[in-house]
Amino acid sequence: MMPARFRGAPLLALAGLVVVAQAALSALKADFYLTQLTMAAWYTLVALGLCLLMGYAGQVSMGHAGFFAIGGYTAAVISTAGAPPWLSIPAGVAATAAVAFLVGIPVLRLRGHYLAMATLAFGFIVSRIILGTSLLGQADGISDIPAYGLVAGLAITGRRALRVQNYYIAWAVVLLGLILALNLVRSRTGRALRAIHGDEEAAAASGINVARHKLAVFVLSAVYAGLAGACLAHFNGGIGPGEAGIMKSVRYVALVAAGGMANLWGTLTVSAGLTFLSLRGAFGLFDDAVFGGLLVAIMLFAPEGVFGLLRRREKAS
Amino acid sequence: MSAAQLLQYLLSGVATGSIYAIVGIGFTIIYNSTGIINFAQGEFLMLGGMIAVSLQAFLPLTAAIAGAVVVTGLVGVAVQLVFLSWLKKPGVLRMIIITIGLSILMREAALHVWDEKVHALPPWSGDETSSLAVLGARISPQVAWVLAVSALMVAALTLFFRFTLTGKAMRACASNPAAARLCGIRAPWLVSLSFFLAAAMGALAGCVVSPLTQTQYDMGTSLAVKGFTCAVLGGLGNVSAAVGAGILVGVLESASISVLPLAYKDVVALTIMLAILLLRPQGLFAGMTRKRGPLGRVGGA
Amino acid sequence: MRGRALFLSIGIFIAFACITGWAGNPDTVRLGAILAVTGPNANLGTPEARTIQMLVDKANAGGGIAGKKVELFLRDSQGSPEKAISFAKQLIEEEQVLAIIGPSTSGESMKLKGLCNDSQTILLSCAAAETIVNPVSPWVFKVAPMDSSAARMIFQTMKRMGISRIGVLTSNSGFGQGGKAQLEKLAPADGISIAISEVYDKEATDLTGVLTKIRGQNVQALVNWSTEPAQAIVLKNVRQLGFDVPVFQSHGFGNLAYVAAAGKAAEGVIFPAGRVLVADGLPASNLQKKLLMEYRAAYMAQFKDEPSTFGGHAFDAFTVLAEAVRRAGTDRNKVRDAIEGMKGIAGTGGIFNFSPADHNGLAIDCFEMLTVKDGKFVPLAR
Repeated sequence: MMPARFRGAPLLALAGLVVVAQAALSALKADFYLTQLTMAAWYTLVALGLCLLMGYAGQVSMGHAGFFAIGGYTAAVISTAGAPPWLSIPAGVAATAAVAFLVGIPVLRLRGHYLAMATLAFGFIVSRIILGTSLLGQADGISDIPAYGLVAGLAITGRRALRVQNYYIAWAVVLLGLILALNLVRSRTGRALRAIHGDEEAAAASGINVARHKLAVFVLSAVYAGLAGACLAHFNGGIGPGEAGIMKSVRYVALVAAGGMANLWGTLTVSAGLTFLSLRGAFGLFDDAVFGGLLVAIMLFAPEGVFGLLRRREKAS
Repeated sequence: MSAAQLLQYLLSGVATGSIYAIVGIGFTIIYNSTGIINFAQGEFLMLGGMIAVSLQAFLPLTAAIAGAVVVTGLVGVAVQLVFLSWLKKPGVLRMIIITIGLSILMREAALHVWDEKVHALPPWSGDETSSLAVLGARISPQVAWVLAVSALMVAALTLFFRFTLTGKAMRACASNPAAARLCGIRAPWLVSLSFFLAAAMGALAGCVVSPLTQTQYDMGTSLAVKGFTCAVLGGLGNVSAAVGAGILVGVLESASISVLPLAYKDVVALTIMLAILLLRPQGLFAGMTRKRGPLGRVGGA
Repeated sequence: MRGRALFLSIGIFIAFACITGWAGNPDTVRLGAILAVTGPNANLGTPEARTIQMLVDKANAGGGIAGKKVELFLRDSQGSPEKAISFAKQLIEEEQVLAIIGPSTSGESMKLKGLCNDSQTILLSCAAAETIVNPVSPWVFKVAPMDSSAARMIFQTMKRMGISRIGVLTSNSGFGQGGKAQLEKLAPADGISIAISEVYDKEATDLTGVLTKIRGQNVQALVNWSTEPAQAIVLKNVRQLGFDVPVFQSHGFGNLAYVAAAGKAAEGVIFPAGRVLVADGLPASNLQKKLLMEYRAAYMAQFKDEPSTFGGHAFDAFTVLAEAVRRAGTDRNKVRDAIEGMKGIAGTGGIFNFSPADHNGLAIDCFEMLTVKDGKFVPLAR
């Protein structure tokens, strides 16, 4: 158990790694890797949120891709509809938070298989609504999403000229998300969540407002996903209905499980690594099979995740 | 809407619902004996259909189906033995994730063993254009087969779980493993048996729906979602309730189609189903089963 | 412990960076292909990928195109736009491909349109949507026939049969969406009124409900527009309901597997399609006959399977590009100009006549009206 002093060392290391990677790639004239690294960062943000929900609060969510899609599509529709350009991402986040709040209130009363089923149904419903609504582009999705202007000439966009900047923007947001999550986990709220994960009745008996905590972390994890969706929609310049699909939700779960469920660092590493490889096409025709196999292997052999396994080996030797 | 049309919608709903119902049966079997929701159940249907299609190239239809049922049953046992048997007290979350992973692996394996194309068994009677008239409305005779097979499965399983020693032993294992062991019930063998049954029934279901739904490597997922819905609505654990719930979902979808665009049929059905789940969590037909409720856990699951 | 994890990550990352090579020999034709080989659109992407591989191998066995070997970079997008974008960026920047064949679906193609234009990479899409080449982008081409041509052929046939009131069922895919738009736009010109239009999902298991709804509108014919296997379910349900109207399909029906799946219910279905499906029956004077017979023979020999019109799109994309390289070398601007100037090029989909304003090159005569008789595709008797 680490003492309660400034534990920023790993965070600084991560920030350092991010900078070193970019410098190295640019020097090697290989900065095209930054594209996949940036995309991987945004997907990792979703995984971090899901880690809080599934790992720490113990609430299974089989439909998290639905929140990613809500954020992404809201941003896409608003930015292609001629509204004030700065509105898209905040609107995406707000829409996601609102839906998560409304859905969470009834759904979080369920547990176990029933919660899994309800969240699965949620993802399915979002996917079907997208496919059935012409405003959302139906099967073709939405294309030609403009760049999202930030300050001083910065913008969230996939254009080559701003590639390095976008890489830093994405990873900065991930770092902030990670810091927020780490602080949450170490706070009273975090302990309350772990208590809820362990035994809801006991937690309630000891005075924790179970429903409010569950809803709060549900909405927070949804916001992570919605923000990622909105930003990636601008980065990619487009979004498709597949982003709400069950295979995507399953992937996020796989990444969190492989990272070790209640392990934010593990989730970050596994998510960034695997998503990067998948986007580079490293798994060829076996992309889905790899994630399926990962789920099975991790749950069977290393339920505490890959790093839990390493830790066990470390202790044994 | 005329009476003839209304009847046709109803019959249509029964046709759709019968397919969901027969999938739900498989979920119930494994849940009854292990408390696990096996998300790979849809893949058993797919395997049954694919194997039967392959066997049909050189065997008569009945033999091909029988072969598919046996082979898939054995695959179910293999899956249980290789992946699940040595887990000690896995949590609900872990089991959900494992079975989802297994379903993906089975699906991708099927893609590489067979191909991405669509296949179908021939209708069990008549041909693809045959039509059965029921009080003025029409339906494919294959739907009658699906209903007949479902009824048979329900009858057989109800008798099995309620009146045979093995069936009762299975239920005992699910509700209290420690006590069951104390009574000399050998749990591991029973769990394997239940997987065999679920997989075999799934395969039979896959064969009987194949002339209607066609068989493709990725058909498992969406069927599993629907089947799971029915099992949950029926109260998870009651086979005839699952069938009833399935028919109900089918009829709800049909009703939705009659007034709203088809594109929103799934949204309507799922929303209604979610509402039921939240308002009446014990399932629609509660009172007939004693089992875990969705709002609390019994035992160490 | 955490430090170790990060260290491990750096190591893996650098190793990976070193493994990947850079752009190679300048005297080759660097060809990219982004197709939906696995995933929900595998019925489009798998035949396309097989065809491309087959053609590249054949070309290289014969010394390449105009003496230059073809280097193929095939990527499986699984039908997802974000992967298509990621792979496109990879292929354009890292492999510096001359052209990209694909993607398989309209949604993905639209996402790559801007990217290919900005980077001056030729895109030869195998997808159907009109919006891919309308408005015309200088670097973006499409080899699949126009939905509007198919719709017009259907309506002309209906008019001859005296049909004026129809029901339309389209799949919720990009292909279905595009078809629906064209059907609704072009029906009035031929005096056809669409009484009801519904959209179905590829995972549908039973469509008797919506067909009952359509029947209730007293339609004289049904149009079923999809590339997915579920379209065969529609055919079966129509007969099982005793719903006795002519059924028209789109050119997405051009796959014998769908006829096999629908069995007897497929008899009498009418649809426009490329001539690859009835190659044997074509007169010897037909310009496409020779290459269609060759394609069919080669595909069947290698994959033990009938070719479909989808694989044919990939064939046409490669043929067009190969011809352009033969004429203009590997300078991308010259190749692009060459494509725009090509006329009378025979492909599986039809005879291509490109121009600066027409980046598709196929007219309505690329289609033949076919029907199904005894489980086979035959031309529709006039």
